Amino acid sequence: MSNSLHLRTPLSNDDVVNLKIGDRVLISGIIYTARDAAHKRLVELIDKGEELPFDIQGQIIYYVGPSPARPGMPIGSCGPTTSYRMDVYTPKLLKKGLKATIGKGNRSENVIKAMKQYKAVYFAATGGAAALLAKSVKKAEVIAYHDLGAEAIMRIEVENFPVVVANDIYGNDLFKEGVEKYEKNEGDN
Amino acid sequence: MATRTKISVPEIIEKVSRLCMDANFNLNEDVLVALRDSYEAEGSPIAKEIFAELLENAKIARSCQMPMCQDTGVAVVFVEIGENIEITGGRLYDAINEGIRKGYKEGFLRKSIVADPINRINTGDNTPAVIHTELIPENYLKITFMAKGGGCENMSRIAMLTPADGREGVINFVIETVKIAKANPCPPIIVGVGIGGTFDYAALLAKKSLLRPLGTKHTEPDTAALEQEMLERINNLGIGAQGLGGWITALAVHVERYPCHIASLPVAVNIECHAHRVRTVMLGH
Repeated sequence: MSNSLHLRTPLSNDDVVNLKIGDRVLISGIIYTARDAAHKRLVELIDKGEELPFDIQGQIIYYVGPSPARPGMPIGSCGPTTSYRMDVYTPKLLKKGLKATIGKGNRSENVIKAMKQYKAVYFAATGGAAALLAKSVKKAEVIAYHDLGAEAIMRIEVENFPVVVANDIYGNDLFKEGVEKYEKNEGDN
Repeated sequence: MATRTKISVPEIIEKVSRLCMDANFNLNEDVLVALRDSYEAEGSPIAKEIFAELLENAKIARSCQMPMCQDTGVAVVFVEIGENIEITGGRLYDAINEGIRKGYKEGFLRKSIVADPINRINTGDNTPAVIHTELIPENYLKITFMAKGGGCENMSRIAMLTPADGREGVINFVIETVKIAKANPCPPIIVGVGIGGTFDYAALLAKKSLLRPLGTKHTEPDTAALEQEMLERINNLGIGAQGLGGWITALAVHVERYPCHIASLPVAVNIECHAHRVRTVMLGH
C-alpha cells in the first residue's frame, strides 16, 4: 500500500492521537490473537481480579482463529473474524490498557464510547484476505489456552500488517461515514 | 433390471478430499471475474484497495496452496445419485465424511465444527458434513462440496411472509437482511434467495441458488428481473467492500422459486461471502 502510516507496537497515546478513520496503517511488532472463547476467559480473570496471561498495556488484540500452519510456516491463513461478537468483552480490556483491536465489521456504540474514553482505536483488516495477511506474520507462538485449538491466544510477530483505521479516538466511525458517502437514495438513478 | 454402476468408497473418499482442498486453495474463475470487474467499477478508493487485496490474496492462496480464508467453513455437500448407482465397500455418507476428514487434515484446513451447539466441543476433523441428497434417473453420482463460512452464514435470515406481502414484501425482506448484516458477512457478498416451498425448503433453495455460477442469468426472465432489481437496490445501500462504504456490496443475487401453500410466502436469504468455495465431481458416468 502506498501512502500508509507505519506503527510499531506497543502503542502509546502519541501513536493513536494522530490516527483518523480511513488512514491506511502498516503495523509491525508483537500483537496478540484472541477470539470468542479466549475473550470469555480473559474477562473472567478481570472480573475475579486476577492477572491476565500477558501484559495488555499498549497492546493490540487481533480477532483471528488461524488455519493450521504447514510445516516450516509460522502460521496458516489468518484473516480477521467478525468483531461484534467480542463487543461485550472489549470495554473491560480497553480499561485495562488495551490500545487497539483488529477485526472485521463494525463495533457497537458501547465499544466506540469506550474507545473514546480510553483512547483506543479499532483497525479493520480485510476479511477473507487470509493468505495475504499470513505473509505479514513472521513468528507465532501459543502463549495461553492451548486447549482452545484455533481459539488459543497467540503472540505473533508481524511486519507491515495492512489495516485501515475504522474507529479513531475521537468517536468517528468509518463504517457509518463510509456508507453514508456511497449510499444512493431510491430514485437517484 | 438395468445394469448397476458401481462406485467404490475409497474413490469417493479420495475425490471428496480433493474437493475440500481444491475449493479452499483455488478461487473459481467466475468469482475472480466478478472481483476483477468490481475492482474496475468501484468508486471508493478504500473499497478499490480491498478488491486489489482480494485478487492478490487469491493469487497467493493458489500459488502457496493455502486456504484463501482461515475460516475453511462447514462442509455442505449436495449429492445427486442415480437410482442405479451402487456404492461398494461401505456407505455413501461415511465415505463423504471420511473424505472431508482426510481433506481437512491433509490440506491444513481449519477444523471449525463443534459436536454440539450448546456444549461446543470441537470434533477435531471438521465432520460431520451437512449433506443434501437427491435421487435422479441418470446414471451418475455428482458430489458438490461447498465450504460455507460462519460469518456470512450467521447473517442469513428467514421469514414467513403473507401472500399479501407479495413481490415487494419479498424484495424488502432481502434488502433489510443485507442492511442488518452490514459489514459482518465480509462483503462483497453473494445473496442466495429461496422463495416458496415450506419453512425448511425455502432455506434449502436459498443455499442451492448459490451453486449457480456467478455472471449467469436465471433461465426464467421473471426471476432474472427480480434478481437484477434486488442487486441494484442492494448496491444502492452503499455498504461496499468490508462495509467501509462503496458502490459494490453484492457481486450477485440468485433467486430460486418453488410452489407453496395458499396461506404462505416463505422467503429465506442465505448470505455468502466473496470467498465462495464450491467444487463438483462427477463419478460413474
